[in-house]
Amino acid sequence: MNSHHLPAAPHHFAGGIHPADGKAMSASGTIRIPPLLDKYFLVIQQNIGIPPKLLVKKGDPVKKGQLIAEAGGPISVPLHAPTSGTVGDTLDIPGANGAPVPAVEIISDGKDEWCEPMEPYADWRNVSRERLLARVKDAGIVGMGGAAFPTHAKLSPPPERAIDTLVINGAECEPYLTADDHLMREAAQAVITGAGICAKILRISHVLIGVEENKPEAITALRAAAKGIRDLSVVPLHVRYPQGGEKQLIYALTGRKVMAGGLPMDVGCVVQNVGTLAAIADAVINGRPLIERVVTVTGSPVAEPGNFRFRLGTPVRKALEFAGGIRKEVRKLILGGPMMGFAQSSLDVTVSKNTSGILLLAADEVRQFEAGPCLSCGRCVEACPMRLLVSTLSKVCENERYDLADENYVMNCLECGICTYVCPAGRPNVQHFRRAKAELRTMKRKN
Amino acid sequence: MTNVILAALALAILGLVLGMLIGYTAKRFAVQTDPRIEAITELLPGANCGGCGYAGCADYARAMVEDGVSPAGCAVVSEENFQKISQALGQDSGKRERKVAVVYCSGDNGHARRVALYNGLNDCRAAAVLSGGGKGCRFGCIGLGSCARSCQFGAIELRNGLAVVHPEICKGCGKCTEVCPRKLIRLVSAETKAHVYCNSLDKGPAKRKNCTAGCLACRKCVKAAPDIFNAQGFLVRAREGAEISDELIASINCPTGALQSVADHLRSGKGKEGAA
Amino acid sequence: MEEKETVSPVPEQKAVTLPPDGSLLLSSSPHIRTSLSINKIMGEVMLCLLPAAVMAVCRYGWNAVRVIGLCMIFCAGWEMLWCKVTKQAQTVRDLSALLTGMILGLNLSPLLPWWLCLAGSFVAIVIAKQVFGGLGQNPFNPAAVARVALLVGAARPMTTWAELPSAFAQMDGVTSATPLTAASQAAAQHADLALYNSSDFLKNAFLGNIGGSLGETCTLAILIGAAGLISLKLIRLYIPLAILGTITVFVWIVNAAAPGLTPGPLFHLLTGGVMLGAFFMATDYVTSPVTNLGGVVFGIGIGVIVCVIRIWGSFPEGMSFAIVIMNALVPLIDKFCYKRPFGWNPVNAYQPRRGEIK
Repeated sequence: MNSHHLPAAPHHFAGGIHPADGKAMSASGTIRIPPLLDKYFLVIQQNIGIPPKLLVKKGDPVKKGQLIAEAGGPISVPLHAPTSGTVGDTLDIPGANGAPVPAVEIISDGKDEWCEPMEPYADWRNVSRERLLARVKDAGIVGMGGAAFPTHAKLSPPPERAIDTLVINGAECEPYLTADDHLMREAAQAVITGAGICAKILRISHVLIGVEENKPEAITALRAAAKGIRDLSVVPLHVRYPQGGEKQLIYALTGRKVMAGGLPMDVGCVVQNVGTLAAIADAVINGRPLIERVVTVTGSPVAEPGNFRFRLGTPVRKALEFAGGIRKEVRKLILGGPMMGFAQSSLDVTVSKNTSGILLLAADEVRQFEAGPCLSCGRCVEACPMRLLVSTLSKVCENERYDLADENYVMNCLECGICTYVCPAGRPNVQHFRRAKAELRTMKRKN
Repeated sequence: MTNVILAALALAILGLVLGMLIGYTAKRFAVQTDPRIEAITELLPGANCGGCGYAGCADYARAMVEDGVSPAGCAVVSEENFQKISQALGQDSGKRERKVAVVYCSGDNGHARRVALYNGLNDCRAAAVLSGGGKGCRFGCIGLGSCARSCQFGAIELRNGLAVVHPEICKGCGKCTEVCPRKLIRLVSAETKAHVYCNSLDKGPAKRKNCTAGCLACRKCVKAAPDIFNAQGFLVRAREGAEISDELIASINCPTGALQSVADHLRSGKGKEGAA
Repeated sequence: MEEKETVSPVPEQKAVTLPPDGSLLLSSSPHIRTSLSINKIMGEVMLCLLPAAVMAVCRYGWNAVRVIGLCMIFCAGWEMLWCKVTKQAQTVRDLSALLTGMILGLNLSPLLPWWLCLAGSFVAIVIAKQVFGGLGQNPFNPAAVARVALLVGAARPMTTWAELPSAFAQMDGVTSATPLTAASQAAAQHADLALYNSSDFLKNAFLGNIGGSLGETCTLAILIGAAGLISLKLIRLYIPLAILGTITVFVWIVNAAAPGLTPGPLFHLLTGGVMLGAFFMATDYVTSPVTNLGGVVFGIGIGVIVCVIRIWGSFPEGMSFAIVIMNALVPLIDKFCYKRPFGWNPVNAYQPRRGEIK
């Protein structure tokens, strides 16, 4: 059964907005491969959970793809060298959320030689699922949509949770970013293969791939690659931010609601990003670990915006050079998309497994905001995809009444940024809620 | 005329009856309390700052009388009242050590390097979640004033992007120590005359890049007075309550000016420009 | 893997400009925002009130300009004075005082003396808004409170209406009556109310050829403004439609049960402050409920109170009172008409209870 007769996603989630797209800048062209750098600075912890344990020390020779840090526990993945060369210092570099993080320097020798690959499973359909799962872990694969949760842990839900659907996130709802779009266009076969591998590991057959309607070439490419595969549908989604949020995506595709505070596996679904699937396919079929990813470098100040396949550990300074540098004054540097990304203060941050975009905003696109009083206009309440009473939350958080914030379900906040986007008074709601959640977690830990 | 007299009489009788009723009710349904609780509550400062760990002065008085808690938990009450409370409780509570809060940082706008312009909530705890609010040093004072706002005695001044505690106003209740996200503020004995105003554990060169007034751990002071100064890695700390005279500070001649007397730190913010 | 790969040419060693250190702005996500701001919203609402204001000037001439202008100037003045006296930053720049002044002016009679405009502005800005903490904190609609205060405190000047240059033939003998007053008097005397239901009268009411306050009379102008509000996405239709719908249904029921008590629903919709109040005053952000369901409840309440006051109350006009009374109930409405978060399910075993941190 093929997917062509399925209508567009039948369910609309409430709320959401449609900000200006910004994707035209980097939509055209193909994924470019930058030349080799002299040094790569690999952040050691690139996944949620326990950081991996460094195995190499200064001066050790490494080959491309060699294991340099082993998994530190069940919720951890190993780390591999992006190129061949020598191991340098272990130092602190600025991390994505501002605090310095430990990183290891890899000095390239220019030869870029691969190490011995892991055993390629060209005929993966006849490989046991335990071996496939172990391969996913050994290749160091994490959720590449931004969450960086170890994929092997996601693909092994507890046995009492019955999973019946694999939901694939190809929505890429953030403005300006086109990395997943290009990946789907150019590596559609890898994505479909990855989906098949995940479905085999989960022992299910029902796969739904959600792609927003503004990516017609990606939908065509995926459908062509999926020809003949049973029970795998490519479903066009309405263009609305945050269509790619897990709960909203699951609702749009299956009509199931993940309850407040719950996880997708509670409704029988597992969600994966298309980039993760492509990496899984590469790991299983070619035996290659995760050492690079597609990143969109975009923004009006960028001279040559586009998508690049950067190796992990590429400093943003070099990434901007590859994109031709800047041609007007920059006010903000953002890792990720404009709605949920992190503003940076230093150009020495590096590309990690979950960096989906490097965005520059010019001085005339950014305003410094002074928060005004809440007018209770209700725009935030109408737009919130989690249907929270945002105006009440904003006021109680401003007065530091975190107990009232908890009663109003602040812990369900996705931090998607829609409420702050629409607020005419310019209130920094997301910052209020992040702080409220941090304070509540601290209070819970104290009790 | 009779109407007026009747009305006055009626009101008077009503007042009398109601008054007697109130008096009877007050006596009959009175709650038995220890009179000492009220007396001690009067002696306490009434600031309800919570520094003692109880919910206000009345609650602390109750705890003292009923649970036998020592009155030394209140840092704010005057010495005279403290003695009176001890007498009322019939115990000898000894001397209290007066403590004041100190912000261990010298990184004001003239000395700390700013790596980004911060635009967000005007609160140190919120800025700490967002990579520290613009100053390069990740151990130093963020300078947005959460501590100053939390102090109900108004003892903390924000001077040029740095929080400075005025020891003569500070009562040592400890509220600011809980609020600071960098845990920069510590309660020390009020007798201490000088401090090393730095909190950074970074190595010397990295510290220097971020702030010209940070302690480089050059150990000049440790060599000059090893019983007073204690070097822990890349930071030197002065022993609490030690006698550090102005002559000693002048003779040590700290290269960055991190070591300062309390009076100097208050007076000018920074006495010495960072050495080259 | 079959991928299309293109290796970009090695860039020549040209000097590439990069952002200088220390120049980047650090703030929380999201990093793009809407271009809306408070003063833009207030300005757009004032623009939508322009048709009604222009009609008022056309009909009443200089007096209209005087009253509306004075109200706006005095409102702004009181707010500036308050901010100065309380040593706060000036808030007049958000244009909310000017908007309140404009609405207040449109609610008044053109013959109102200047010192009553001053007093009304004082009540609207200082008592009904600034004392509570400024914009966003006031529980009551400032313009409605001011109108109520003036009606109660200075009833005679507030009900002295001007003669229209082209008044409806049977009305110009009575210079101090609006159709509402006339209709309630007629109903009290059990006179025939057919006049007020005639299509001639209703057409005049729609076009504004009747007596009344400055902004209330021309329904057409108000509807044009309301269309502007909706197309600029400034208001949602729940509150106005709830008000108008409730009035229609209520009056229709009363007419069916006790004919002769009051004219028909169309009369009530087109005369008095119902249209102006429904679209411009009841929909004020700060004093109306934040959810759509709450807005509907709010509108129904206003509709019921307006009808009750008009039919059985001693005031001929009840819109301002109704708005102020329902404003008092808005926190209660918000408390009961809140939304459950996405995925909340009372039956589900894993559902964390409200207040329990996960």
